[in-house]
Amino acid sequence: MNIMIFLLVLLVLAALWAVMTSLLLRAAIALALTSIILTVLMFEMGAPLAAVFELSVCAGLISVVFISVISLTHRLPLKEYLDRRKNRIGRFWFLPVLLVIAGLAMFYFKQSFDMRLPAKILIADVRVVLWQLRRLDLFGQIIILLAGVFGVLILFGGSKKNGN
Amino acid sequence: MGIEMSQLFWIVLTFFILMLIEGFYCITMTYNLLRVLIGLEILIKAVTLFIIFAGYISGNMSLAQAVVITVIVIEVVVVVIATGIILGFFREYDSLNVRNARNMKG
Repeated sequence: MNIMIFLLVLLVLAALWAVMTSLLLRAAIALALTSIILTVLMFEMGAPLAAVFELSVCAGLISVVFISVISLTHRLPLKEYLDRRKNRIGRFWFLPVLLVIAGLAMFYFKQSFDMRLPAKILIADVRVVLWQLRRLDLFGQIIILLAGVFGVLILFGGSKKNGN
Repeated sequence: MGIEMSQLFWIVLTFFILMLIEGFYCITMTYNLLRVLIGLEILIKAVTLFIIFAGYISGNMSLAQAVVITVIVIEVVVVVIATGIILGFFREYDSLNVRNARNMKG
């Protein structure tokens, strides 16, 4: 339990770094770090398959997508960057204060209750749930994946005709 | 659910709410489109954490893992489509500032 609390604190701090940092590249790296800490938490809770997915897809693929998009944009001139950085600090200084206030409020109103949980499902294998129990939601997932494929074809394929 | 599990539930709920605050703050206070996407990612990670924890305390970890794998697949599609839209926006306006979207047609 202690190591879980430590990892949860690290998770919130990594997400805070992703929000607060002024460089986009650092924000992408902090997002990957958040994914890695979430992976360790998933292993700790006993969900290895979802953890492997999270590590390979969220920490790997999405970081690559983010960094390639950042490399396709250009950086601001130094003076404008410094102005915006000062502006950012003015807008974002309240977030750590808000987090501390919310954390203290949750700690202060801490409640101990006895929640009734549903009965345990006997199927323990995730592969059975993933491939044999699902019916209609598979169609939804296939439609979303097809939407992604067509979106990529339209968005990234259309730019070649314009010569960009 | 025992006392220790109840305490752990409250702790994880606290950190879940803190991550939600970070994500919503990032989305509402920034003008950069890529940062909006980063805020959305943080929100999805908070939800993923809570789904896995729900499976952990209820003992239905296989169902929670199946749901999380589905969430991750949809997350990737959302991120790729959103980055495509952001790149199209950047090619049009040469900036990632969301205030330029006011000049759009319609």
